Amino acid sequence: MANRVAVIGIGQTHHRSKREDVSIAGLVREAAQRALDDAGCTWADIDAVVVGKAPDMFEGIMMPEHYLAAALGAVGKPMFRVHTAGSVGGSTALVAAHLVAAGLHQRVLTVAFEKQSDSDAMWALSVPQPFSAPLLAGAGGYFAPIIRAYMRRSGAPNDVGMRVAVKDRLQALKNPYAHLHLPDISMKMVEESVLLWDPLHYLESCPSSDGAAAMVLGSEQAATVAESATGRRPAWVHGMAMRSEPTMFAGRDQVNPQAGRDCAKDVYAQAGITNPRAELDCAEVYVPFSWYEPMWLENLGFAAQGEGWKLTESGATALDGGDIPWNCSGGVLSSNPIGASGMLRFLEAALQVRGMAGEHQVEGARKALGHAYGGGAQFFAMWIVGSERPN
Amino acid sequence: MSDQTYVTSDPRGSITQLATPSRLEYFFTAGTSLSKNLRGYQRGQFIGQRCPVCSKVYVPSRGSCPVDGVALTEEVELKNTGTVTTFCVVNVPFAGQSIKIPYIAGQILLDGANLSFMGLIQECELEEVRMGMRVEAVWVDKEDLVPSLASVKYFRPTGEPDAAYETYQEYL
Ligand SMILES: [Zn+2]
Repeated sequence: MANRVAVIGIGQTHHRSKREDVSIAGLVREAAQRALDDAGCTWADIDAVVVGKAPDMFEGIMMPEHYLAAALGAVGKPMFRVHTAGSVGGSTALVAAHLVAAGLHQRVLTVAFEKQSDSDAMWALSVPQPFSAPLLAGAGGYFAPIIRAYMRRSGAPNDVGMRVAVKDRLQALKNPYAHLHLPDISMKMVEESVLLWDPLHYLESCPSSDGAAAMVLGSEQAATVAESATGRRPAWVHGMAMRSEPTMFAGRDQVNPQAGRDCAKDVYAQAGITNPRAELDCAEVYVPFSWYEPMWLENLGFAAQGEGWKLTESGATALDGGDIPWNCSGGVLSSNPIGASGMLRFLEAALQVRGMAGEHQVEGARKALGHAYGGGAQFFAMWIVGSERPN
Repeated sequence: MSDQTYVTSDPRGSITQLATPSRLEYFFTAGTSLSKNLRGYQRGQFIGQRCPVCSKVYVPSRGSCPVDGVALTEEVELKNTGTVTTFCVVNVPFAGQSIKIPYIAGQILLDGANLSFMGLIQECELEEVRMGMRVEAVWVDKEDLVPSLASVKYFRPTGEPDAAYETYQEYL
């Protein structure tokens, strides 16, 4: 039987299009220091460090975890690097949690980052290969045809994506760390923005951000120490799961990938959840392009197949008045330091159940889902955190 | 830590970032199965492989069926025609882009294949492209054929009636 795992410290940077005042080392250090302060501990209290980011080609620094060891206080300690493309922030948190669950360490620092202003993600994602045509044009070019397939399959009205784009940006106004603060956001503004990858508008796509996220994950004992030192209660991990599937195989359902469904099933079973919409209080789900909200509502079992868009349309996923708010923080649509984006989902879920989400807090939140996906929607990572210690 | 501040007389201020263009040259080792596919392009043919277990045809084939976990050995030559299962219109510039925007990137399911791949669609107005549209490959001139998908200049509409949704919905 695994040991219980608690989230005892949380830190993130203010996400911006350019953080010219810091290097990558300074960026990760900032988030990590905030997580340590929140946990009421020092660098010396950390037993191991787990780092994640998107592919090295983005910033062009091979294995940056080596150069970051000093900035992250990891010299002479076990250090791990995790690679699962865009889902990496989630997978990284899970690898760190596994080290605590296995009883190997008392406190593990986990950090994820991206400094997109130092990188060219579009170029890195559009490398010529002899068996494919050079058409991809970044992640949007990959996902837009899949979104079109969803629209056709579900018969959803064309404006559902725009609703998500507006909702998440309005929610971001309540999150001081969010990159995009667009107080004037409206359906009209989204509709009038450039169609970058038809059917996707510019404002239906995530921004390009510099930012980092960090958490201190601790054992039950470490959680007790942290709570008595800081007076802040931990979030408890009730379930964690990862799944992946090949990017290309005959009969692959790219709109509703099996790996995502399997991952959700596993994490719900661990947390004793049979009806996620009813039993969870909120969810932070990786939605880098607006239409992924209705698509993941179906993939994650919040709605029946073909019905996800109806939840979005009804306002069920809004912080203001919805019964199952999604991405109260503004989500990936409002901040996208790629490697950190998955970890932000995980830590925002934890903030909610700790009652520490500030203006975007869901009142009385007790159970929340954190979710990340990556690559060609072939990597999935999820956790469920709760305010109560699990059985 | 020193509290010394660095003063610059340059009105543009101090340098915080340097652009250092880099390039990466690499050898691509295709392997047995993909080599057959790539040599096919050099002859102006689409070459795929059929799975002995599920009978699905992979183009391009990476030498195994991820579903059944078996090696693929049977070679299949596919037709020059196919169906656009889905698409997007790309209207975003990026470094190294070789095609003028806006352009149509379609998922092409060749007739007889069970895997679609992304192909450029031309000789087609942006407003005309649709799911289910029938297309054919237009190849480069014979002397320009190379062992890569670059041998296919683009796909263009054949003018046939659209394929029924049911015929391609499992490839979305
Ligand atoms: Zn097979």
